[in-house]
Amino acid sequence: MELDLATDNGQPRPETTRDDSPFAIRGLTVSYGDKPALFSVDATFPAAAMSAIIGPNGAGKSTLLKAALGIVKPVSGRVTMLGQPLKRALDRVAYVPQRASVDWDFPARVIDVVLMGLSRELGLLRRVRPHHLDKAMTCLARVGMDGFADRQIGQLSGGQQQRVFLARALAQQAEVYLLDEPFAGVDAATEKAIIGVLKSLRDDGKTVVAVHHDLATVTEYFDHVFLINQTRIAEGPTVETFTAANLQATYRGRLALQQIDRLAG
Amino acid sequence: MTGVEFVPLSLPPLLIGAFAALACAIPGNFLLLRRQALIGDAISHVVLPGIVMGFLLTGVVSTWPMMLGAAAAAIVAVVLIETIRRLGRIEPGAAMGVVFTTLFAAGVLLLEQSDTSSVHLDVEHALYGNLESLIWLDATGWKSLLDVEALAALPPELFRMVAVFVAIALLTGLFWRPLTIATFDEGFARTLGLPVTALSLGLVIAAAIAAVAAFDAVGSIIVIAMFICPPAAARLMTNRLGHQLGWSAAFAVLSAVLGYVLAGYGPLWLGFENAVSAAGMIATVSGVILVLAAMFGPCRHRVGAAQAD
Repeated sequence: MELDLATDNGQPRPETTRDDSPFAIRGLTVSYGDKPALFSVDATFPAAAMSAIIGPNGAGKSTLLKAALGIVKPVSGRVTMLGQPLKRALDRVAYVPQRASVDWDFPARVIDVVLMGLSRELGLLRRVRPHHLDKAMTCLARVGMDGFADRQIGQLSGGQQQRVFLARALAQQAEVYLLDEPFAGVDAATEKAIIGVLKSLRDDGKTVVAVHHDLATVTEYFDHVFLINQTRIAEGPTVETFTAANLQATYRGRLALQQIDRLAG
Repeated sequence: MTGVEFVPLSLPPLLIGAFAALACAIPGNFLLLRRQALIGDAISHVVLPGIVMGFLLTGVVSTWPMMLGAAAAAIVAVVLIETIRRLGRIEPGAAMGVVFTTLFAAGVLLLEQSDTSSVHLDVEHALYGNLESLIWLDATGWKSLLDVEALAALPPELFRMVAVFVAIALLTGLFWRPLTIATFDEGFARTLGLPVTALSLGLVIAAAIAAVAAFDAVGSIIVIAMFICPPAAARLMTNRLGHQLGWSAAFAVLSAVLGYVLAGYGPLWLGFENAVSAAGMIATVSGVILVLAAMFGPCRHRVGAAQAD
């Protein structure tokens, strides 16, 4: 299969007024039943940057995103998006859930999933017009999937499915992009395509925040890191914050020392 | 068979069966994709005590008290399922199983202990319905379809079933987009600001209304079969949700018509004397359609395992 890895963006995007931080969390506490997941987490993600949320399994990385978006109900906490309470800003936020969180056997084609990103424009009953389809196809082309519009989503590889999810987020034309493990279990070509799109979003002034697993690529991909293990461990620019000491505090002995030294240089 | 016989005796049950099948099959598509298909089963069981209570409180077999009782029982069941799931921290399926068997058993006990022998309210009626008895005595042939006075004497179940079908079809059309998104990807739907909880509750309520209305007319066997079989068979025919809905509607009507005809005439063709239960035959036909779709449907392979290319 040939992949078109073009990541240029010819789309016009609306100019926006910029508030202090596009995505800030204060005192977020979440528990699942009796099991605590997050303790009073504060986080501030910078504008026009790519930020990574990093921590071991069960550290509450995905929960942080879900609670910040209101998908999971927090016990307490406050979230501001683009200087406004979450509810008022949701139309400028695009969320890419974990690929494994949906059933890909669902009867839908690739184009149907991308059109879901246009549902604010389409509303309840508006018909899908050629310009909606054009928009969806442009988004598919940006992730190199325009040749797959009519495929059933279950017939795609994992990496292709992940790119369809990203195309759906692009269709939302948001200011803030929140991604849950966008690189989990994808092929190298997909990883390259996704990182290219995310970097072009950042260069357009968008805010990108991703839950990230692969410590080896953090310095290469991300400008800003947020280290978490149920509470905030550290946050800041990658060069200052992605250090051996902080990683050790985050992973609490779950990473070998020489591993940490190699990663954090 | 001539219109003189067909219109009064066969047309009403055929139509009632078909609309009951349609009203259940439409929400069944979404319930199936949400892995909640058994909720139709649960609802059709839990409404029994509600219907009996409705009868006991009013003392007459009349539709509205029994429908209200059924609706109340459905709500009690939903609350109970949710409570047990939370307090017991168990699977929703397990909570559902506990609640619907218990309430159905309670309904059976209520029926046995109360004086309902004089009326046509019994367990058998609840299960198999009474499709064959829904006849149109005032009809004299095809011309009666244009006769307002005769039309007024159609079995009330027919009007009720048509009304429920139309309401469900309209609501499904109106909320098609949000319902589809919330069914495919609930988390994403929430970030679009869609009322995910209300949608899912609305779907269960629509299913409950369809189940209660159909239960009254045709019994719970059809209800359970129509929530699951036509949508499941339809899923194997297409990879698009809109088409799936169309296929499921076609299968629902086919099951109802073919099942009714086979129940009435099949045994005679085979040399037996008596007809068999229409409800049972309709459910059987829907099951046969599902088996055929599973064997020959074009989209029958599990596509969850991604094809590499």
